Amino acid sequence: MDFLNALVVLSNFVLIPAVAYGSQLALGALGVTLIYGILRFSNFAHGDTMAFGTMLVVLITYLFQSWGISLGPLPTALLALPFGILGCMLLVLFTDRAVYRFYRQQKAKPVVLVIVSMGVMFIMNGLVRFIIGPNDQRFADGERFIISVREFKQLTGLSEGLAIRTTQGITVVTAIIVVALLFWFLNRTRTGKSMRAYSDNEDLALLSGINPERVVLYTWLIVAALATVAGTLYGLDKTFKPFTYFQLLLPIFAAAIVGGLGNPLGAIAGGFVIAFSEVTITYAWKKVLKYLLPENLEPSSLMQLISTDYKFAVSFAILVIVLLFKPTGLFKGKSV
Amino acid sequence: MSETTKNIGLFALVACLFVLTGFMQSWNASLTILNMALISAIMALGVNLQWGFAGLFNVGVMGFVALGGLATVLIGAKPVEGAWSAGGFQILLALVLGAATVVAAILAYAKLTKGRMRNIGVVAILLVGFFIYRGVFDPGVAAVEAINPATNGNLGGLNWLAAARDSDVRSADLFVLLAWPVGGLLAAGAAWIIGKTALGLRSDYLAIATLGIAEIIIAIMKNEDWLARGVKNVSGLPRPVPYEVTLQDSASFVERANALGLDATTASTLWVKTLYAGLFAVVLILMLIMAQAALKSPWGRMMRAIRDNEVAAQAMGKDVTKRHLQIFILGSAICGIAGAMMTTLDGQLTPGTYQPLRFTFLIWLMVIVGGSGNNFGAVLGGFLIYFLWIQVEPMGAWLIDVLTSGLADGNPVKEHLKDGVAYMRLMTMGIVLLLVLRFSPRGLIPEK
Repeated sequence: MDFLNALVVLSNFVLIPAVAYGSQLALGALGVTLIYGILRFSNFAHGDTMAFGTMLVVLITYLFQSWGISLGPLPTALLALPFGILGCMLLVLFTDRAVYRFYRQQKAKPVVLVIVSMGVMFIMNGLVRFIIGPNDQRFADGERFIISVREFKQLTGLSEGLAIRTTQGITVVTAIIVVALLFWFLNRTRTGKSMRAYSDNEDLALLSGINPERVVLYTWLIVAALATVAGTLYGLDKTFKPFTYFQLLLPIFAAAIVGGLGNPLGAIAGGFVIAFSEVTITYAWKKVLKYLLPENLEPSSLMQLISTDYKFAVSFAILVIVLLFKPTGLFKGKSV
Repeated sequence: MSETTKNIGLFALVACLFVLTGFMQSWNASLTILNMALISAIMALGVNLQWGFAGLFNVGVMGFVALGGLATVLIGAKPVEGAWSAGGFQILLALVLGAATVVAAILAYAKLTKGRMRNIGVVAILLVGFFIYRGVFDPGVAAVEAINPATNGNLGGLNWLAAARDSDVRSADLFVLLAWPVGGLLAAGAAWIIGKTALGLRSDYLAIATLGIAEIIIAIMKNEDWLARGVKNVSGLPRPVPYEVTLQDSASFVERANALGLDATTASTLWVKTLYAGLFAVVLILMLIMAQAALKSPWGRMMRAIRDNEVAAQAMGKDVTKRHLQIFILGSAICGIAGAMMTTLDGQLTPGTYQPLRFTFLIWLMVIVGGSGNNFGAVLGGFLIYFLWIQVEPMGAWLIDVLTSGLADGNPVKEHLKDGVAYMRLMTMGIVLLLVLRFSPRGLIPEK
């Protein structure tokens, strides 16, 4: 019984949140890694692209709510998501035409593109704050829990409860669908294959008649969709605040690099590695150990390795360790 | 038009902006902007050293600036009575133990033969070391933070002069100047640790690593209350220039102010700001002279050679990683000095105000707009961009007022636009950056 209780506590506070957070990071990291693989630069504006897409979703959700449209137990944001993705695609395509394309034609060094993406980041940052303001927006509605603590306790008779929030369930399901679609696209369709070919070897791909502008176009479209989905899921699960999305840049990059930049599978693995380490290292283990250890060994402190304020330090430490010992990441990524 | 005339013209133009502000708004406002612009120019010099000379992509400027600020508290503030005996030395011991653990782990990794035993050994050292560290550290912190938490709860600084004084002793105030070089040292130390791990990797990785370390430094400063009170801020730091109140009480000062046709209050604030500007200008000129000397020296030529072609420089027998580490530390130290100067100017340390957009990316903008690789360019960029950063907001407010003048007051669109004015400057800065990169990628004063 004690063991089961410990397991329930562990799932409730560590496993489930980490799986949800990991899915969000994985989707974000996929966007970063795709840009890196195809356009060959680290996109510093990715966090703010996520914020922009999410902002659109939030605004459309509010609009739908004012019209009385809802999805019943599911959050209305899911209904608004396609519109948000479309809007984000438009913005991203516009930035590509107006900004990035010039440097692509110049064959500028990657670091120049990184600096350019800093400029884009500034503009998007200002744009989002200008439109929706810098404050928290809660836009999750519908049923709050798939299973609540009380229901779980009644169901199992355990003294510890397990809650699964709707947003966590939706996050995982959506992430699985999106990732499956992405991999189907990359592996089965002609465009997807040409994208992979372009990423592997640009010269050979050009030689075999792949149109680079088309590849770039599809990359941006996919990245916009991924960013909006990732941002919306994160916003549903927590709240939407522009500055947090900017800060997400660090764990997202850490995930992409840990997995191996340019490698989609690596991005997903990296997302979960970062999320699980962040949650386990900043979790106070006292409650779990209480059930597992004999009574006289019970810990007196919280058994928290690092306070949650330092969760960035965790993703950073993992990043540094991976870079020192396996510079191309866990899965073999590029190193241009 | 020769290049020198053009450059002098550009500087004169920027000077005009400040004079214009003086006439149109107030001289107080102009001097306030000038003081921060001087500090920003020093930061830009530091970033220019790293990016312009060596091509190192450091986006952790904020962290080094904040460390400089921390130094101002650790040096300039009064020591908190009893804090050191209560837990200060224990915290220090814990930090030494923590550092010893890391060193032991690195030594074990280097000395032991490769294999599973080494991995287990290293992890064991780290784990045991971590728990010992926490065991010593936590009680020490609790003891320090328990001392008068409403006003202190931290270790305080090393300004023993301020603790001992009974009346106004100038030396206690001037002591805070010592914090500037110490801020540089603190930033240099942090840069050494980061450089050791992240330099030699690809440029993007260095960017991510520095971005991360800056966030971590800010997180530490926000949460470690024993260090500098965290988000509760430390205020009332001593300042190297006289207080306005003291000036207003001095009969000779009031007399001189009246002779100039100023009232004592305005004159005192102006005088204080001018003194600060003088101090900062001295530092800036010193830095500029040193940076110019470095640029023209064989060392500077080597740095640029490494930047332009690492492989060729390596073939000539240059140790690229070592040189990169060197210049990374130097540039970060300059940012640290500027950070300490900024906290001295503010008279308080507020970790919550350190924002990457303001303290990292804006400095980058200064370097790129001014002209990366050219010290004068970086300084010019520092003045110009900081001026814009401050003045875009009133300009934007004016613009929106004009644009929405047809709408009635209280109109939701008008109100929303007015609230958004503060964020216009982010957009403006982004647009400036993109325009410069596109049409004049070498900046206003290009590298020779």
